[in-house]
Amino acid sequence: MGGTRVLVGTRKGAFVLTSDEARKDWQVDGPHFPGMEIYHLKGSSLNPDRIYASQSSAWFGQVIHRSDDGGSTWETVGNDFTYDGVPGQHQWYDGSLRDWAFTRVWHLEPSLHDADTVYAGVEDAALFKSTDGGTTWTELSGLRKHDTGPQWQPGAGGMCLHTILQHPSDPDRLFVAISAAGAFRTTDGGTTWQPINKGLRSGEIPDQDSEVGHCVHRIDMHPTNPDVLYMQKHWDVMRSKDGGDSWQEVSGNLPSDFGFPIAVHAHEAETIYVVPILSDSYHYPPDGKLRVYRSRTGGDEWEALTEGLPQADCYVNVLRDAMAVDQHESCGVYFGTTGGQVYASDDSGDSWAPIVRDLPAVLSVEVQTLQ
Amino acid sequence: MSDTVRVVLPAHLRSMAKVQGEIRVDVTGAVTQRSVLDAVEAEFPMLLGTIRDRATAKRRPFVRFYACEEDLSHEEPDAPLPDRVAQGDEPFLVIGAMAGG
Repeated sequence: MGGTRVLVGTRKGAFVLTSDEARKDWQVDGPHFPGMEIYHLKGSSLNPDRIYASQSSAWFGQVIHRSDDGGSTWETVGNDFTYDGVPGQHQWYDGSLRDWAFTRVWHLEPSLHDADTVYAGVEDAALFKSTDGGTTWTELSGLRKHDTGPQWQPGAGGMCLHTILQHPSDPDRLFVAISAAGAFRTTDGGTTWQPINKGLRSGEIPDQDSEVGHCVHRIDMHPTNPDVLYMQKHWDVMRSKDGGDSWQEVSGNLPSDFGFPIAVHAHEAETIYVVPILSDSYHYPPDGKLRVYRSRTGGDEWEALTEGLPQADCYVNVLRDAMAVDQHESCGVYFGTTGGQVYASDDSGDSWAPIVRDLPAVLSVEVQTLQ
Repeated sequence: MSDTVRVVLPAHLRSMAKVQGEIRVDVTGAVTQRSVLDAVEAEFPMLLGTIRDRATAKRRPFVRFYACEEDLSHEEPDAPLPDRVAQGDEPFLVIGAMAGG
């Protein structure tokens, strides 16, 4: 029987939640890095004992931790995220230009193709790559130096590169998403990039056909069908059938199409999950009901998943990196809330139960399926 | 010729450096903020970027430097620290700025 390891980043430390394949009884280990804001943790699919963690603090800056024993012990690795060349300027909230400046690592994405390679998405938006397990970092600067760079602007949370998707068989093909610039694709390992935002509609910008400026919250794909991308945008749930060349809205009957995470079922390429949030000014679920919505048709037709989730007086948020699926035969789905709960479903979302209820606000949830 | 300087780190940085209590570093040449912090970072490289910004080498905004009951945070990095710090009689304090409600 395989195991399950859920990696949780919170405002005040990291937690490692473990169970067997039944996923009924959980052990909670943590906090690791107590008191520190842990934006994201993620393990390598090639070496599950290797886990990376991004610690970000207004006091003590950016720190990257790495574990090589499944999260039991950690060592500090490299935190030199120096932009390549002269960083240049981007739009600020008031329309002025502002120098590009590193603030933090939002997302760490271990390579699917090499156990020592890991990508980091940072604020101000840029993509870094390490080929030595996080010891040293090099910017893939073709992204930041794209012609549209001076037009990029921050979302409310900062101008962050928060999503990194890898093609399952082509290591040179990557997708990233930036708030609020949009989605980008490279087919040459990060040397050159193309904005892939055609079809997005964003009321926050004046030109609906703008190549950039869209506030993409999260993208996901299924490895068996990597040309199909799913997106939760600031508003609207979107789908692309052509690797991002064009997008169509699939919000359908959702009670709100605002939200942050989106995830794809482990074994069903057209089964997707979102957590509707009332709006960008409320940041809590409609009607005080925490509902995951599932579509088995790649969007448009959605069903509310409520069993085991609070259906009254619930006013938490679920952040963009705080939802994940496992690879067990009966697919597990997990998400964490700003109220400190981590919910798990061991039946593709039909029913839910909390693993923990009282953690600090959850920033990220990732899951490892162990042999 | 080097001086042994006592340095007190905030709790989070002591945890990262895996030390307890104050640390002592050997400083060659003039004892200044820069030379002391260079010595701290050389002995504890995991602290690189946590006290001073990696890109600018400037003090991070929420970090303060105290010694001999004085706030030295706005002194030039190459200004000499008080003699009592250089002589090891008083520690150089790295402080995380107060925060909270």
